[in-house]
Amino acid sequence: MSTAFLTLDGISKRFDPRLTLGDRIAARFGATVEDRPVRAVTEVSLTINPGETLGLVGESGCGKSTLGRIVAGILPPTAGTVTIDGEPVLQNGRKVTTRVQTVFQDPFASLDPRMRIGDTVAEGPIAHGLVTKANAVDYVRGWLQRVGLEPEFAGRYPHQFSGGQRQRVAIARALAMQPDLLVCDEPVASLDVSIQAQIINLFLELRRDLGITCLFISHDLGVVRHVSDRVAIMYLGRIVEVGSTEQIYRDPKHPYTRALLDSVPRLVLEDDALVEFNAITGEIPSPLAPPPGCTFHPRCPLAVDACRRDVPALMADGTDRLVACHVRAMERNNTETTTRENDR
Amino acid sequence: MSAPLLEVRDLRTHFFTRAGVVKAVDGVSFTLERGQVLGLVGESGSGKSVTGFSLLGLVDPPGRIVGGSIRLDGEELVGMPLDELRRLRGRQIAMVFQDPMMTLNPVLTVGAQMTLAIRAHEKVTGVAARERAASVLTRVGIPDAAARLDAYPHEFSGGMRQRVAIAIAMTHSPGLIVADEPTTALDVSIQAQILHEMRELSRESGTALVWISHDLATVSSVAERIMVMYAGRLVEEGPTSTVLRDPRHPYTRGLLDSLPATARPGQELRQVPGNTPSLLALPPGCPFAPRCVRASERCVVDPEHSVDAVRAFRCHHPLERAA
Repeated sequence: MSTAFLTLDGISKRFDPRLTLGDRIAARFGATVEDRPVRAVTEVSLTINPGETLGLVGESGCGKSTLGRIVAGILPPTAGTVTIDGEPVLQNGRKVTTRVQTVFQDPFASLDPRMRIGDTVAEGPIAHGLVTKANAVDYVRGWLQRVGLEPEFAGRYPHQFSGGQRQRVAIARALAMQPDLLVCDEPVASLDVSIQAQIINLFLELRRDLGITCLFISHDLGVVRHVSDRVAIMYLGRIVEVGSTEQIYRDPKHPYTRALLDSVPRLVLEDDALVEFNAITGEIPSPLAPPPGCTFHPRCPLAVDACRRDVPALMADGTDRLVACHVRAMERNNTETTTRENDR
Repeated sequence: MSAPLLEVRDLRTHFFTRAGVVKAVDGVSFTLERGQVLGLVGESGSGKSVTGFSLLGLVDPPGRIVGGSIRLDGEELVGMPLDELRRLRGRQIAMVFQDPMMTLNPVLTVGAQMTLAIRAHEKVTGVAARERAASVLTRVGIPDAAARLDAYPHEFSGGMRQRVAIAIAMTHSPGLIVADEPTTALDVSIQAQILHEMRELSRESGTALVWISHDLATVSSVAERIMVMYAGRLVEEGPTSTVLRDPRHPYTRGLLDSLPATARPGQELRQVPGNTPSLLALPPGCPFAPRCVRASERCVVDPEHSVDAVRAFRCHHPLERAA
């Protein structure tokens, strides 16, 4: 779509391990040394519309955080481009925009323990000329108030805050840069439930008032459902399904999405109803040696021969949903053929 | 009716730190029947893990059980000499931790540590112990168990490691297993497998479980009874479905309302204001009062436990029961 605000085009990221000394010597002498790159992200293309929140869901090791870092311009991709409004986020491996900012999972690690939080929040805006040093104090107080903290807290250090308050500081720091796009990498995962609700509410409110576009990364399907307009599901470095939140949760098409949704424990309120889980069998394969074809096929109940051979492409299913699954594609073709024959 | 498997009365575990006395567990009482699964929920600092550790006498200084009684199968555990306690641990009561590496020794093969655990309590030959170990590993769903005995913990994935830890806990079919956030560190698909397996194992062998978790949904899918803790105290206790469907304590209600699952997507969640209090500076009376919308002057006096038909709660101003 031409209206897309953020565009990811063919993003791949591989991490090459450093060769050991022995291997390097062997390579120098012409031996073929086996290097085993980790393919963290493979050929991901996605768009986010202005003002939209896209939830990015997957289990550990699926590459969702790596993708988030690439979008935020923290990591350069091995291949592909990220553009905001047509402008690239990275040029020659360097971030060239302040329009995207990040909120990280762990507010204990993302704030400098030896800096007053006021200085932490002011640092970026001063460096980029968004505010003069003279006006920085008022500017910071304004943002602290905006995220629900007392303006007087500016003089305090991170250790004087609880986890939820620190996450508010981290959000204030990101917002003080006046970004158009916020990358949130598991922003509530390390918080207690009651605090998590406070931060989710803050997030919903800020998004509404400031009209920020957001990439919301989480493993928590409940949280993602609550905050996202659209959802992308990732498995072993690839996007397997993208669609509106309602479509994905009501009628998942990819077998992995379905299995993932089935695995989530639900709040059981009926008497003596011990729910049965439709657990996915097996484990997530190592990204060092992903299976050939569709990477989900060893765990997939629907897998056919094609799945073991070819990587399925992400294809539209007639609506604005995209699914990467051979079996679903075949089902769709069959129904289309029958409809056509019936029309005849 | 026979005596309950576990009877905890007025348990108090305090930590004597330089900053003051932290009353991590302060007057917790409950009973657990044989084969029953009890969920213990609360946020960080609520004392749920310390309660679990206290049951096995695993509280390290500066912490100490300062009062109360824990009777397992009629035997008093509080004040029991360490060598007697060690005789019980592993055989009658076992623990599964959030991080399986709390259980596993990284420099021993899984087989070696499992045979050690078996021979600690039973006089069997090494070969017989190894066979037992392989059969327990098979029961927790580890494929090719006999061969995997020679692998080291780092050669297992996170989910498999947790299965090994569970296998070690199950080895002697103890009457009680305390599981402290056993699936929190795992991915949802693996969590679902482990939840399913632990429930089956407990059903087959009649092992009772104390399932400690911050996740109400997980607890609601495994536990028959649920206890909600706040700031070292039990605030509500009863059959899981009753407590979660129709909570009487405002804190339980607040926890449920905080879950995105209970709200319409995109809508503001009903949140509990404020933060969990520091255990060093607890407010007088009900510790939840400063965050509670229903609080009144009466709440400066600690409420007693009240009991309705099926459950206990601790509040001067309980929520009305739904019809």
